[in-house]
Amino acid sequence: MLRSVLPIGAVLGLVLLPHCAQAATITALKSLKLDVPSSDAMFPAGPGSDAINNNCLACHSADHVLNQPSLSRETWQEVVNKMITAYKAPVSPDDAKAIVDYLVRIKGTS
Amino acid sequence: MQDHDAKPSGLTRRRMLGGMGVAGLALMSPAASAQETVDLHVPGGPSTRTMTTSYPQKGRMILQRSSPPWLETPFEVFDKGVFTPNDQHYVSWHWANFPGDIDVDSFRLTVRGLVNQTLSLSLKDILQGLPRFDIAAVNQCAGASRIYAVPRVAGAQWANGSMSNAIWTGVRLKDVLDRAGVKPRAIQVRFGGLDEPVMQDAPKFLKSLTIDHARDGEVMIAFAMNGEQLPLLNGFPLRLVVPGWCGVYWIKMLNDIEVLDQPDTNYWTATGYRVPDTPHNTVKPGETGFKMVPVTRNVPRSFITNIRDGDSVPAGAPASARGIAFGGDCGVARVDLSIDGGQSWQPTKLDADQGTYGFRQWQTQFTLPARGARTLMVRCTNTRNEAQPDFKIWNPAGYMYNTIETTHVVAA
Repeated sequence: MLRSVLPIGAVLGLVLLPHCAQAATITALKSLKLDVPSSDAMFPAGPGSDAINNNCLACHSADHVLNQPSLSRETWQEVVNKMITAYKAPVSPDDAKAIVDYLVRIKGTS
Repeated sequence: MQDHDAKPSGLTRRRMLGGMGVAGLALMSPAASAQETVDLHVPGGPSTRTMTTSYPQKGRMILQRSSPPWLETPFEVFDKGVFTPNDQHYVSWHWANFPGDIDVDSFRLTVRGLVNQTLSLSLKDILQGLPRFDIAAVNQCAGASRIYAVPRVAGAQWANGSMSNAIWTGVRLKDVLDRAGVKPRAIQVRFGGLDEPVMQDAPKFLKSLTIDHARDGEVMIAFAMNGEQLPLLNGFPLRLVVPGWCGVYWIKMLNDIEVLDQPDTNYWTATGYRVPDTPHNTVKPGETGFKMVPVTRNVPRSFITNIRDGDSVPAGAPASARGIAFGGDCGVARVDLSIDGGQSWQPTKLDADQGTYGFRQWQTQFTLPARGARTLMVRCTNTRNEAQPDFKIWNPAGYMYNTIETTHVVAA
């Protein structure tokens, strides 16, 4: 992508005015009642997708995983171990293995 | 690095179903109604993200994760001024279980533990019963710019937009602690919010400060940012503001303050958010044998905001560069620009100082002497004389990245 930077003369008119944020004078807050979106997107179907759908989506949406970089099997194993030990995800040993295999297949480094 | 090409994408555009009400929309994927994507231009994994406008009180944001939300500020926002608009202040939650419905009359902030008197403060007590002050401060995630780690590491894949600056208004934590009366054996103060883990045994998100830090007169219980009450997703109705320190300490929906006589053993304080105890918190990939310490203060950073990677700049004619910088846990002393890939540096002019812990705008003129590929770099030195390093910061969890930013341009 080539985007032209304007020569100096053209930008002189663009004076950078700071947002003049005012010291808050508010004396009361207003209650909020808002819907925060969630996601019902599932992982791409394939071997192990049932295990990752059933064990991982309670705490975070699938895009958390799908936006991760490609990582080695060892690293994916560490990630799954951390979810189980630090964040107390109740994942059976069989499912943990299926999840790591799934992650290596769709987001592995080799 | 801040080359985010936002472009319309027919692939992600989906037709809204006729007759679907607001309630139905809220159940849809945040990506479903989005109409554009942004390319973050990184190798080694998915590089594009969906732009979203589906989150309450939030404008156009980069969708890094739907739930719990990770919403990144689009980089072009930083060219518009030093204060980030509330509707584009970045968003990051650890646990999905937090309320969307907060009643200001029944909300209470508890102060308990090693105090003479347990307090249960209403919002009226806080807004009307204590002296208030303002402070400008950058809230930046410790994992900011993790997407640029080489090799890549797991975690929130933030580009440069998990930072935002605001003028915060609130009361001094010190004043609240004094009202409760801290007992002499107090060593730490622990903070918690209304967010709860989804799994019952998982560690509630809590962070602690030393008692001296908590009483330094700058740590704030904020009820407003940029003159308005906090957006829900930025911690309504109260959030802790720890000027100069990483965003992880800035507990959102703050409702519990506990004064401790023992070091906090909670996961998030005692185990999570660790960096190598090495200069610039950097190590070689695969290296072992270093001590790990908690992330604490911010480190200096600077960005060019009006020129993006791949831009064309006229050769032999003066051009203008501008951007933002922050010193970390102190002010900005200087910002220097290099137009020759870091061989030589020229000073830039700093605009008005709008707060030690906030963004500071800089600007300068430069002339690229001849046609061809050129490398622009920008470097902040803070008032402690700490400068951004010219080597790649790397650590296993991808924290505290503050390598000098590089922008590749073509002089034409």
